[in-house]
Amino acid sequence: MSRYFTRLKKRRVYSWIGGPSFIDRKLKHMFYEGLCIKTDGNTNTGCIRPGHYILIEGDEDRSYVAKLLKLYDDGTGTRSSKHAEVQWFVRFHEVPQNKRKRLGRDPHPNEVFLYEIPNCDSDIDAETIITTVQVQHLEENSPFPAAQSQENSLYVKLSWDGKSFSPVNLDLLLQSGGKPVLPASSHTDSLPKPDLDVSRGLAVDSPSRPTRSARQQHSSTSKYSQSKELSDRQPSNVISTPTARKKLQLSNSVKPPGSKLTRDDVLAELLDEDRAVSSLEAEVTRRRALASKPSSSPSKKPRDLCISLSPIRGGQITQDHQLANGTQIGPRLQPEELVKRTLKRESRAESTEGETPSKRKDSIKIDAPLDILIEDGGEVGGPVVAVTPRSRRKSAQVSSARIQQQLNYLNRKQSTDFDVDDDEEDVFLPTKKDLKSSSEEESESVTGRRGSRSAVPRTPRSSRKAPSRTPAKTPNKTPRRTPSKTPVPRTPRTPRHATPSIPSRTQPTRKPGNVLEEARARLHVSSVPESLPCREQEFQDIFNFVESKVMDGTGGCMYISGVPGTGKTATVHEVIRCLHHAAEQDELPSFCFIEINGMKMTAPHQAYVQILQMLTGQKATAEHAAALLEKRFSTPAPKRETTVLLVDELDLLWTRKQNVMYNLFDWPTRRQAKLVVLAIANTMDLPERIMINRVASRLGLTRMSFQPYSYKQLQQIITSRLNRVRAFEDDALQLVSRKVAALSGDARRCLDICRRATEICEFSSQRSGSGLVAMSHVMEALDEMFSSPYITAIRCASVQEQIFLKAVIAEFRRLGLEEATFQQVFRQHLALCRVEGLSPVCMSEGLTTCLRLGACRLLLLESSHRDLHLRVRLNVSQDDVLYALKEG
Amino acid sequence: MELLIAPAPQSAAWSRRGVPACKARGQEARGKTSGSRRRLPRGWRSEVKGLLQTDDRIALKEITRQLHLENVVGDKVFGSFAENLAFLLEALKKGDRSSSRPVLFILDEFDLFAHHKNQTLLYNLFDVSQSAQTPVAVIGLTCRLDVLELLEKRVKSRFSHRQIHLLSSFRFKQYLEIFKMQLSLPEDFTDRRFAEEWNQNIKSLCEDRSVEDVLQKHFCSSKDFRSLHMLLMLALSRVTVSHPAIKPTDLLEVSRLCTMDSKANILHGLSVLELCLIIAMKHLNDIYDGEPFNFQMVHNEFQKFIQRKSHSVHNFEKPVVIKAFEHLHQLELIKPMEGPSVRTQKEYQLVKLLLDNSQIMDALQKYPQCPTDVKQWAASAFG
Repeated sequence: MSRYFTRLKKRRVYSWIGGPSFIDRKLKHMFYEGLCIKTDGNTNTGCIRPGHYILIEGDEDRSYVAKLLKLYDDGTGTRSSKHAEVQWFVRFHEVPQNKRKRLGRDPHPNEVFLYEIPNCDSDIDAETIITTVQVQHLEENSPFPAAQSQENSLYVKLSWDGKSFSPVNLDLLLQSGGKPVLPASSHTDSLPKPDLDVSRGLAVDSPSRPTRSARQQHSSTSKYSQSKELSDRQPSNVISTPTARKKLQLSNSVKPPGSKLTRDDVLAELLDEDRAVSSLEAEVTRRRALASKPSSSPSKKPRDLCISLSPIRGGQITQDHQLANGTQIGPRLQPEELVKRTLKRESRAESTEGETPSKRKDSIKIDAPLDILIEDGGEVGGPVVAVTPRSRRKSAQVSSARIQQQLNYLNRKQSTDFDVDDDEEDVFLPTKKDLKSSSEEESESVTGRRGSRSAVPRTPRSSRKAPSRTPAKTPNKTPRRTPSKTPVPRTPRTPRHATPSIPSRTQPTRKPGNVLEEARARLHVSSVPESLPCREQEFQDIFNFVESKVMDGTGGCMYISGVPGTGKTATVHEVIRCLHHAAEQDELPSFCFIEINGMKMTAPHQAYVQILQMLTGQKATAEHAAALLEKRFSTPAPKRETTVLLVDELDLLWTRKQNVMYNLFDWPTRRQAKLVVLAIANTMDLPERIMINRVASRLGLTRMSFQPYSYKQLQQIITSRLNRVRAFEDDALQLVSRKVAALSGDARRCLDICRRATEICEFSSQRSGSGLVAMSHVMEALDEMFSSPYITAIRCASVQEQIFLKAVIAEFRRLGLEEATFQQVFRQHLALCRVEGLSPVCMSEGLTTCLRLGACRLLLLESSHRDLHLRVRLNVSQDDVLYALKEG
Repeated sequence: MELLIAPAPQSAAWSRRGVPACKARGQEARGKTSGSRRRLPRGWRSEVKGLLQTDDRIALKEITRQLHLENVVGDKVFGSFAENLAFLLEALKKGDRSSSRPVLFILDEFDLFAHHKNQTLLYNLFDVSQSAQTPVAVIGLTCRLDVLELLEKRVKSRFSHRQIHLLSSFRFKQYLEIFKMQLSLPEDFTDRRFAEEWNQNIKSLCEDRSVEDVLQKHFCSSKDFRSLHMLLMLALSRVTVSHPAIKPTDLLEVSRLCTMDSKANILHGLSVLELCLIIAMKHLNDIYDGEPFNFQMVHNEFQKFIQRKSHSVHNFEKPVVIKAFEHLHQLELIKPMEGPSVRTQKEYQLVKLLLDNSQIMDALQKYPQCPTDVKQWAASAFG
């Protein structure tokens, strides 16, 4: 999607145009005809009037689109007293994720939808208006103009009412604005020109010029050999490159990954978009653009063209950039500005109106062979005068096509994955020779089309191009472009694009074969039950809480506690499922649900990263993500839907300063955030125990505690899960649930025992043949899970190990302590060996025995380097040891 | 005496193919690791060891590498710890029971994973096994009986509490069988004649009285196979071309090697002076009931002995005695009480003797040409 560079640190100054045209006395609103936007450090201003389509500051660097209906001042005289009433448009990415598929087709990148949700806040602060934008209405089934490079014009075909897409009611659209919506091209003219500056944040500006001239010098000397330079360059000339960059992105985004875009494709596409004669070659178009000026004032022709060429020749700037620059800055050229300029390169491709003075000035610099150019210009001359406003765009297309070509080529060269067409390679090899051939080819095609053309006029161009494509530039450009653009799995960064997945299985899963298997499948914790029995009250509370917040569009926090396995997370998920269902039925505004889990992140600060990624799909570092989220939740966005955030295992988000928790609970309190936070943890008094006051206070007092299940509830849970599959005897079920309820009330445990019991039953029924899980099976399962393994372990130990345990007890009794050194125990051990009639063991063996008992934790030992003085304790009660040894 | 833990397998297929199989194998040979291995081809399972993967970061990388997830290029895993975790969880979350391949995780030295920070890895693996995601089975192997107590409450709740204890409950008769089985050559051995002779020899070996005694003693001291293998390995290494069979005497000899007291051996190699110092320490131990002592005390004791029996032992210079004392320290027959960081003068550093009286007396009996005076001094109640 196109990004508007609204975040430039240019302050805009807003002022009303003229006096109030109409005053609402009741509300003390004064309505105005227009709004004047002046950018800092810039003389020119932009005017916005009702009926214009505007861009409004949004979050995440994306701007909102709307149509301006009214402008008024609420008369308070404060800074934010300027208001505007708008009709919103939404971009596709603003449509809720789950409803996007209702469009039924891929959205056009520049497509917007009329936003027809009635209760949306349409009153905005006028000072958030960035600029105007072109919005064109298209018939529902007419194709989009395929223009990719025209990023500042948007198309509207359908409207979005929160449920479905429907064709735009054109009348409505017309009514709502002051001026009729002008389809297509005439629209461009209706836009006041200065606005474009503002729209791109392109201040006309001194900054742009130094950058460029600096660059020229660079290029002539170092040929951009260092990538650092390039990276310097990119951000530094926001002023001049945004369009170029955007165009690249756009054309790139359409290109399916891996598919190659031939040059002709690009050109054709670009030309189509422009609604120019699609069969025209780019060169021709460009030619016309150049020629358009001469036609208006023939005497200026040669100079004019030369102006466009001279800087390139002198400074060897890349043609791509220059062209891009030219196109952008072009429309801004007003006579009065032009006078002030020193560098007039841009004037080349522009509207004919009033450029005379500037061209004169510039012509001083000309040192190019004029004759050829004159010939060129003279030849093409006539036809295109009327097309002027468009022609600048064409030249832009040509340039972007070039960039595209080059990128394509470079990408292709880098990644061997792409198979390269031979002829294409010929065309795009960045050596001088090939450049010539490419220009020849171009000229040939031109000749083919136009007939009257000769290849001669091309020559200056090719010579011009050559430096711009010198190999020195090649490595320069690639590292920056390739990683972000091509999903080629070679570079180290690509794993970011990897999709997480597990290979699919070779054999299909078996269907449960008998009742017991069926029961086992149903009893697995993972199988989602139809309902959650025994948590009705909690369900209702949470449901009401979230529902009310979603309804009101407000925020809030809720803290949910309970021991593990009491259904906290499951209940919340169930609530969300129901709410989603309700939202689908349109009983509720739609909302988005995200879930984070303290255990599923490596550090508390990763919470920001995960939230951001789930909200917007962006990846960022923790600090950056925190900043972005902060911004998102503190800026007003009337169309934003409520976010429900589930924070599981809250206690793990604890940090020393508790920043993460603080933020999580602070955001919901913001008016614009529309954030509902459900926090889950095990301990009931977590807020009091670990949170500092300001965090606990923000968490609020909406608490809920999940009690451990009682045996009746557990029984009900199992029964509801089994759902009439009869696999258990009633007594058996009761035994399980009573046992678990007495121990922990953990439903997971209960289900595990039941599953195990079915297994035991299955195993035994292979011999005996009874189908139901009986008491005995459950008992066996319980024994397996809850009996302590120590006694069996002692019984299975070797004789020496048993004697050593006896020796430990004997020594304890002698000392009257529960601790002894190995030396002491070993003496007892030797004595016992003699009593038992065994040959005494040596010290090394005794120590080995002792350590072996320590490894399985029958004994608790110090680290073994203390040797004889190692302290020994029992990890089992003495009675257990004696009991185990007596029986054995 | 080992314990195998297997949290609930997700799919029915798994419970059949994975866990009980391990159990059966474990009972016959008590190999918890080898039992859980060999079940599945690589790529289906991921095996991490607590001793190698000492924290979750490394363990995650290893798991990702073994599962050949897509963020693995070549043999390298890209991305930070957080990214890796998110990636793995995402991958496991995407799968479901019917379509994705079940994954088996084997955690060797399971107890060490419980010491990782927050037990993140365990929580997540258990959580996946308990939810409708990719079917996974997690098998933890450990020798600790109390491992469940190490698990955090919420981790424990997600653990299925299935434990298989591989305890060696067999009797000596079975032990003998195992001994025979381990040594016998298989039927399809290439040199059939040799195999027959060898097996015959093993059979007779089992019937030999002295061999049985050796094994009985070994069985008494330890039932585990690693120590039996050690014994047999030493015995087998004595087999050469000229000595093509294991003789009962070999086993006797080997058993003697195995059960030798390492410190007594060291004592045999000491000089008389060092031995005298040891005896002096023994007396100090007796007098002060195991309290630590320093070099000066030992030297005093030694001087007293010299003065009484000056003719039997040469009167060494003090530096020489110090050297001998240091040598004992290096042999770890004595151990300083404080760590090396505490700076005290060498003569006054407190040390403890790491020998039992019985060991010293045994060593003296066997010490070649030990002066009688020294022997008497050792035997006398007080120096």
